[in-house]
Amino acid sequence: MKATQRLNLFLVFAATCSLWSGCANVQPWERATLADYSMRPDRDPLMTAMSEHIYFSREASSGGRGVGGSGCGCN
Amino acid sequence: MLSQNKKVILGLTGWFVLAALTLADVKVGAPFPGLEAFGLEGTLPDRAGRVVLVDFWATWCAPCKASFPAYSMMQKELGERGFTIVAVSVDKKPEDYAEFLKKMTPGFATVRDAKQKLVADVKVPGMPTCYLVDRKGVLRMIHGGFHGDASVRELREEISRLLEEKP
Repeated sequence: MKATQRLNLFLVFAATCSLWSGCANVQPWERATLADYSMRPDRDPLMTAMSEHIYFSREASSGGRGVGGSGCGCN
Repeated sequence: MLSQNKKVILGLTGWFVLAALTLADVKVGAPFPGLEAFGLEGTLPDRAGRVVLVDFWATWCAPCKASFPAYSMMQKELGERGFTIVAVSVDKKPEDYAEFLKKMTPGFATVRDAKQKLVADVKVPGMPTCYLVDRKGVLRMIHGGFHGDASVRELREEISRLLEEKP
């Protein structure tokens, strides 16, 4: 097989792979699941309190976790 | 005469350009897609010769819901002058949509894009986004998000301008 044929074959293969890729962008209108309450990192108050305790015990600091919103990207 | 290599590269470039063109979103100054063609659930209001605000929203989107009282007020105040709001829900679950409307009772028309065909065709950049269409069906403004009074002021200014235009 010639070098140009190999290159062509590679280009076609790469183009095909890019079209069949499993990666996909989640569109803004498809973010219902991401916006669900269960996706919030602070959905469990007890777990949040424990995490806070560990954090301030180790880092000698507390607070600073006031960012709201979930994953819908609309807040 | 083009070499085999160049032909393949040219072919692939053409393929990608074609793919990009088919994904093109709507543009200001171009006609807004006809809503009837997308199988929306619910009753579309009469929009002929009217200034129309097409708002894309969802029950899981907090700013979308926050915009409803302001939009209801705008519909009430400007409806007689020829202004219509069509709120297109992109909710996949019909029960979420129905439950929200039962609680909220907005003062404007709402429909559901159950198959998310219209929203995908328009390629909405974020939630919520509204599209202001003039009396001739031409898209005149795209407003992303809902920022309270600032959004209302901006939209009202443009709507008033469009209402002044003759059909």
